Amino acid sequence: MSKSPEQEHPVKAFGWAAKDNSGVLSPSISLEGLNTSFSLVVCLENGEEDVTIKILFCGICHSDLHTIKNEWGNAQYPIVPGHEIAGTVTSVGNGVTKFKVGDNVGVGVQVSSCRNCDNCKQDEESYCPKMILTYNSTYYDGTRTYGGYSDSVVVDQNYVLRFPDNLPLDAGAPLLCAGITVYSPMKYYGMTEPGKVLGVVGLGGLGHVAVKLGKAFGLKVVVISTSPKKEKEAIERLGADAFLVSRDPEQMKAAIGSMNYIIDTVSAVHPLAPLLSLLKTNGKLASVGLPEKPLQLPMFALTMGRKLVGGSNFGGIKETQEMLDFCAKHSITADIELIKFDYLNTAIERLSKADVHYRFVIDVANSLGTATKL
Amino acid sequence: MGEKEKGFGGKREGGGGNTGEDDVAFKVLFCGICHSDLHSIKNEWGMSRYPMVPGHEIVGIVTEVGNKVTKFKVGDKVGVGCLVGACHSCDNCNKSLENYCPKMIFTYGGKYYDGTMTYGGYSDSMVANEHYVVRIPDNLPLDASAPLLCAGITVYSPLKYYGLSEPGMHVGVVGLGGLGHVAVKFAKAFGAKVTVISTSPAKKKEATEHLGADSFLVSRDQEQMQAFMGTMDGIIDTVSAQHSLLPLIGLLKSHGKIIMVGAPDKPLELPVFPLLMGRKLIAGSCIGGMKETQEMIDFAGKHNIRADVEVIPMGYVNTAMERLAKADVRYRFVIDVENTLKKE
Repeated sequence: MSKSPEQEHPVKAFGWAAKDNSGVLSPSISLEGLNTSFSLVVCLENGEEDVTIKILFCGICHSDLHTIKNEWGNAQYPIVPGHEIAGTVTSVGNGVTKFKVGDNVGVGVQVSSCRNCDNCKQDEESYCPKMILTYNSTYYDGTRTYGGYSDSVVVDQNYVLRFPDNLPLDAGAPLLCAGITVYSPMKYYGMTEPGKVLGVVGLGGLGHVAVKLGKAFGLKVVVISTSPKKEKEAIERLGADAFLVSRDPEQMKAAIGSMNYIIDTVSAVHPLAPLLSLLKTNGKLASVGLPEKPLQLPMFALTMGRKLVGGSNFGGIKETQEMLDFCAKHSITADIELIKFDYLNTAIERLSKADVHYRFVIDVANSLGTATKL
Repeated sequence: MGEKEKGFGGKREGGGGNTGEDDVAFKVLFCGICHSDLHSIKNEWGMSRYPMVPGHEIVGIVTEVGNKVTKFKVGDKVGVGCLVGACHSCDNCNKSLENYCPKMIFTYGGKYYDGTMTYGGYSDSMVANEHYVVRIPDNLPLDASAPLLCAGITVYSPLKYYGLSEPGMHVGVVGLGGLGHVAVKFAKAFGAKVTVISTSPAKKKEATEHLGADSFLVSRDQEQMQAFMGTMDGIIDTVSAQHSLLPLIGLLKSHGKIIMVGAPDKPLELPVFPLLMGRKLIAGSCIGGMKETQEMIDFAGKHNIRADVEVIPMGYVNTAMERLAKADVRYRFVIDVENTLKKE
């Protein structure tokens, strides 16, 4: 028997939620008579190890869109999305040692895991079979989790990230998902040897960060995209060394066997064979996009060059911290378009058409409107 | 169907007498029949040129060596596998990965440096550059070691390269044929726990009692497959027919690897979601370089690993090909060339 959101979580927060799979979000306001499905959202009681965070910014990840439209079939409404959260600590539980009030912190894709399995013990919490996602998940006590399109969140200290001093919160927020999602496979699959060539397929939220990381690793970076219009920005603003239009057979042919690594960020169904042909022998393609249907994989393309296609989801907490520190050191942030809450549904529509350079970030603190004080 | 020309040997007509200074000439005693031979003679890969003398699992005794040859002498037991040449100047060749050289020359059906066609081991003699000849350990019988030259290296190389040769790992082998049965033996010798995954329940007894597999899964049995979900560090998939990858990916633990060494001619469907959620990978491998082929044969000698063979006379070869097409062999045909290939 599930409790109402108000009964579940005594510490109150306020945010925007999706109530159905239409893709539209609306504010949950605690005033009577207004057209709302529920009043308030989330937060756990501030337990011993919990950190309460006032949310200042939250990135809009394409996963938020997939989830609220129930494209993965796992939506349980109402959903408050948002897993690229940046804010400041407003209170800490008695057992919290890693953070103090006033710290700039972030929360990413997960808020807990079992801590007992092999993966958890090796700092690979994102592969824990019992991990809890920041939103649209069920916590161990049976309550639901709600994410960062909201004024506050309470998270166990072991799943909170510290923002390095020189990393801005607004442009740094997207790193908590987009950043780690490309950083982790680049490290795991060994795509970091200076001088080697990296192809980045798709120039969106993930792709543009992959270009920046690739350059910071000392790689030559080639963007592979269906849109010729993106070339100027890719080269002049993001620092890519070259640009390949994937629909141009001559360009693709000329690039056969030229790359050591490819990061494929594309979520639509697309052909793998032409991408595999771009790889040299022993080349590796890391797949971080989530097409709805399986892709076609030609075997000769793999066997004749000893090539591999590997997946990666996001990354563990230790590695996420490492990534943030690396980005701070190399002044890497996301390219963002800062919006207010009233623009949220328009932003979601534009995102579905890939019309953003390259991440929307919600200016939570300045646009949530009436909010319960914490 | 490709012609087998009796007595047509080596990379130059007639073999012997034309042995170059780096070449080793040997009398062929046995040659394994690889499924690739069948694909090639039927031109299933669209690159065949006739007449074709197949055979790239060739063993014999050295009869002559060129005057710059240092590694072999007359009377040595030697073998030649899938390659007889490469460019020797590219990155791959420099790393002893001749099998990934863009200019590699196949033992049969290829074009040699001098422009002539190469002919393989269904023949009484062979001549090859010493770089492409391996020594067969004394304790291995020649007939049962021939298949190692292709089947053996094809599974040994990815087990090592993809880190699946550590003791205690759980390795799955899909398909129990020429490649699969040797993969089971190598994986056991590496100290792995081995599970065979097959469509044929009939193969279970042999897999576990004779080959030493620890368990056997019938891939069409959902319950059996379900019980092994998320248990394997790696899988070697030897199957050349179309088949479903999804259940195999499910058998892998997180960070697990599935290595394709079979060659289905049409693309397979790759479900991306399970790859991402478990950080799993799918990769390919193709035979192995010369240094590694020698390493593999020495390892086989040390651990007494040999193929399970059915030795046949040359005249049986067409029947053998038909049976091979139906996978009716345990687990490799080997032609007794010395005793049954007669010049007309």
